[in-house]
Amino acid sequence: MKYSKCLISLLFSLVGCHQRDMEDQPRADPLEASAFFEDGQAARPLVEGTVARGHLRVDEHLFRGRVNGAPAGTFPFQITRADLERGRERYAVFCAPCHDLVGAGQGMVVRRGYQPPPSFHIDRLRQAPIGHFFQVMTEGLGAMPSYAHQVPPHDRWRIAAYVRALQLSQHALLDDVPPQEREKLRWKP
Amino acid sequence: MAQIFHPAANPFARFSIFGAVFLAIGALWLTGAITRSAWFTRSNVARDQPVPFTHELHSGKLGLDCRYCHTSVEESPFAGLPPTQTCMNCHTQIWADAPMLEPVRQSWQTGRPIAWTRVYDLADFCAFDHSIHLRKGIGCSTCHGSVDRMPLMWQTVSLFMEWCLDCHRQPERFIRPREAVFRMDDEPPLDQPRIGRELVERYHVRPSTDCTTCHR
Repeated sequence: MKYSKCLISLLFSLVGCHQRDMEDQPRADPLEASAFFEDGQAARPLVEGTVARGHLRVDEHLFRGRVNGAPAGTFPFQITRADLERGRERYAVFCAPCHDLVGAGQGMVVRRGYQPPPSFHIDRLRQAPIGHFFQVMTEGLGAMPSYAHQVPPHDRWRIAAYVRALQLSQHALLDDVPPQEREKLRWKP
Repeated sequence: MAQIFHPAANPFARFSIFGAVFLAIGALWLTGAITRSAWFTRSNVARDQPVPFTHELHSGKLGLDCRYCHTSVEESPFAGLPPTQTCMNCHTQIWADAPMLEPVRQSWQTGRPIAWTRVYDLADFCAFDHSIHLRKGIGCSTCHGSVDRMPLMWQTVSLFMEWCLDCHRQPERFIRPREAVFRMDDEPPLDQPRIGRELVERYHVRPSTDCTTCHR
């Protein structure tokens, strides 16, 4: 009797050793493959003609960079210093590979053979309304693909703001710098 | 009754009693060595991929930021794998006809994603969130190693629970400034003990070691 109890508990402990089942539980992890759906993906696309809650994008200005069909001349929200900082960070991640850090269009990917983009500092782009930059990021233009899937709309506006700041920086005069900051620019041997 | 064993058998008996102790210790050591070996944890073993994508080139030589492809790493538990569209941002023009990239082009044309081999495969009973680790100052390379020097990817750590707990118990050994989490150096600086304590204080890092922190 004693022995059979031992044996049974031993058997149970062996059955309990199915770590694999707990490691791979029958659930869909992000981007996992699936044998169930025809396209082989566990992640499901939106049902056609539906909009997820909170994802309705009717604001032409904010989501398409347009006002009455023309590129917007203003930002859809107030740009603060924090927005500019965020724009600089996002610019370095997503734009600098081609446009380079000052926006001259000589980034690493261009040096590896991608069609060079125009510099941000040419007259045409310095005169362009801010909505133009947002629109190009959203829809792509010429050789540039759309970045809508990598950069959310608010960040695209912040990048646009930073591009404006870059343009100003390349055409700035000493008089544009506040007097208390000028000393910092002086060359020190 | 006659003796079964000859007196000459005594040394054998003594030896086997001591031997059993050593054998038991040896067996324990062997089990430990095997479970920690690369054969078991599959760490430091480069994985084959449908396309031999190289982080060494993209992250190292080109200097692309981690977030260019892993876009959701700051906002979600999952770092995100780039859709084929991200590859094609450049590869419509660069290496556009390379035979090596045929699976990418095929995926682009058919809309079927590339079936990458997962390198860091955490067990389903562990919850892990990339975003909170970045916000608290744990860099990519602390867990993923210097991917800018990896032609193909491999796992640089064991992913054992003891490895998780190492850091949850002493985050000051690994923490770095938030601005530096995407930097690729995996060696902590020399004054890490001082910086570490400061940052733990500043970011309010109090990692829990409760079971339910990760197993929920």
